[in-house]
Amino acid sequence: MWAILSILVENKPGILFKVTHLFRARNFNIDSISVGVTENPDYSKMTITTYGDEKQVDQIVKQLDKMIDTVKVEHLDEHKTVFRELSIFKIKLSNANDSMEINKLANAYGGKVHDVKKDSIMVELTATPDQIKAFEELAKPFGIIDVARTGVAALQRSGSS
Amino acid sequence: MNNMENMIGAKALMTAMEKEGVKQVFGLPGGANLPMYDEFARCNIRHILARHEQSAAHMADGFGRVSRKPGVCFATSGPGATNILTGIATAQADSAPMVAVTGQVSVAMIGKDAFQESDIIGMANPVVKYAFQPRDAAEIPEVVKKGFFIAETGRPGPVLIDIPKDVQQNEAEMVFPDEFKIQGYHPWSDPDIVNVEKAIDMLLHSQKPVILAGGGAIISSAFAELQAVAETLMLPVVTTFKGKGAFPENHPLSLGPIGMHGHAEANKIMTEADCVLAIGTRFSDRSVGTFEEFEKGLKIIHMDVDPAEIGKNQTAQLAVVGDVRVSLRIMVKLLLQKAIKKTEETPWVKHVKETKAYWQENLKLHPGEMGAAKILRKLRELLPKESIITTEVGQHQMWASLFYDVIQPGTFFSSTGLGTMGWGFPAAIGAKVARPDVPVVDIAGDGSFAMTENSLATAVLEDIPVIVFVLNNFTLGMVAQWQRTFYDRRMIGVDQGKCPDYVKLAQSYGAQGIRAQSMDELDKAIRDALSSDVATVIDIPIDPEEDVLPFVAPGTSLKEMILPS
Repeated sequence: MWAILSILVENKPGILFKVTHLFRARNFNIDSISVGVTENPDYSKMTITTYGDEKQVDQIVKQLDKMIDTVKVEHLDEHKTVFRELSIFKIKLSNANDSMEINKLANAYGGKVHDVKKDSIMVELTATPDQIKAFEELAKPFGIIDVARTGVAALQRSGSS
Repeated sequence: MNNMENMIGAKALMTAMEKEGVKQVFGLPGGANLPMYDEFARCNIRHILARHEQSAAHMADGFGRVSRKPGVCFATSGPGATNILTGIATAQADSAPMVAVTGQVSVAMIGKDAFQESDIIGMANPVVKYAFQPRDAAEIPEVVKKGFFIAETGRPGPVLIDIPKDVQQNEAEMVFPDEFKIQGYHPWSDPDIVNVEKAIDMLLHSQKPVILAGGGAIISSAFAELQAVAETLMLPVVTTFKGKGAFPENHPLSLGPIGMHGHAEANKIMTEADCVLAIGTRFSDRSVGTFEEFEKGLKIIHMDVDPAEIGKNQTAQLAVVGDVRVSLRIMVKLLLQKAIKKTEETPWVKHVKETKAYWQENLKLHPGEMGAAKILRKLRELLPKESIITTEVGQHQMWASLFYDVIQPGTFFSSTGLGTMGWGFPAAIGAKVARPDVPVVDIAGDGSFAMTENSLATAVLEDIPVIVFVLNNFTLGMVAQWQRTFYDRRMIGVDQGKCPDYVKLAQSYGAQGIRAQSMDELDKAIRDALSSDVATVIDIPIDPEEDVLPFVAPGTSLKEMILPS
């Protein structure tokens, strides 16, 4: 299963290393990771997505929780969580129609178009990983020159626990 | 109430350690920790000079396991710090309380590849419970307080405090806090009484219940509670190797250690059990063999202080998270309240006793006068029951597991997690510092003893009279056994020759060296060592071809035990 983990950590140097090292040392895998300071500068929030069966995810949560620098670890329910990832695609423009087609595609996914050049266009897309994947599949025929993705950021909806 | 005083970082370190009750540290000086060393001249902490930082850490480890208070070791920066890592990793693998203090290059030089600079925090992080690197002298008192607290609470472990040289030298107004908060650290949780009740029910409703006691039972000193539960419910007790001696091994319900080199009767009974009360164990592959096979048909009740151990290696039907001594106390209380006490021997217990008697009578031992079993039984016969044993790592360690019965719980220590050769002797020195009133014996092999034998200098010069009991087969015995068994006798890199002569080696350090080549000589050597006030090495030549048996080959189950033919 795909799991979204929200990890509140103390905002200290080296914490990202410790968390990512834990995954490596325990033979877990990181699917995506995003980190940012919270409204309280003493803490950072990491969102890590990973794959594993229930037992493995439970063990990942326990091992993360055991770390002294982690304040809170939550396995978020995908259905009760708002989760988004920012991606930027640089797409090839081969003919005059491509720009219009890619604009339409970007609009369909709620994306924004940037940096339109004669031979390339950039699309910024904030969506779920599945939506980004779907956009990527549709953009592939045009020719994807480069992609940058941030990893998922997630928050549980109010009233869900 | 906080006390404020102006002083340099190095003095604050010593003051903070004195407040933690530290009476001695084990270590080596170097350029980057000299400000701290200078303070030894002005404080009440004894410095015990090791001859290698790895040994300093093992000494601190041995001290910590015996006293259950963090042992402290010191090293300088760079190679001093990297040398100490093996000792730290060993303590981590066996959950031993330790505080390691390393010197570091000055803050401005960090990251500049300065002379004797190493990123010890980065290197150590995977093998410590926590690591600190104060960048300001004023941080030191709180760092020390937190470090000792983390090292000894919950599941104990090593803490590293890496102090840059200028931080040691800088003066600051020091506040020695009485209280502090570590937000993400919750070492204690109260065991769930309902789950303890359910555990009792599960044990009462099973036909073939067993207790499996691990190292956690020793760490939490759950000896009396464990014995009370075993006797009240008439449960046979097996241990992991790390749990060896959590339960008196001369008790009728004791079967000794299970696992790769466990007792035949313990492995046999473990594989027949239908319910296990597992206490403070991580279900190491060395103890349980293949995980899938072990849990087949077995209901597991897992008591552990570390919630992350629940379900890590084995799936538990029921978990009781909390200090195992507290959990067992609750169990004893509930058994008393419910007036549950088995008085009649069940068919299962009868079967267990018969199995034990059968294997103890029929296990084929080495026929020679100086076979390992006879040697270790002689040691057991002559040592007072309160004696403390450490072991090195290798065949001798497993013979100790099989043939040296621990009578007084909590007196047997070994490097069971990391399996660090060279651990036993320096650990024995640390153990003797913690318990100078009892004999401390390192059961060694020649290969393992060779790794840290230079600690003889420490034992002699610091007047720490431990006994080293070298079962000398002039080979790296366990590797040799595996080469004989699994590599068609291609014996590569195991023959140590007859070098060094351990009797002369001991004497060259000013220790007592005795060779024992017969049981009479061995008897006399042990008596001499026990009455000696200097460290003694007893060199006991044994058959290089003697195997440790029974043996469960790696990657197999306890059912596939190889027995002596």
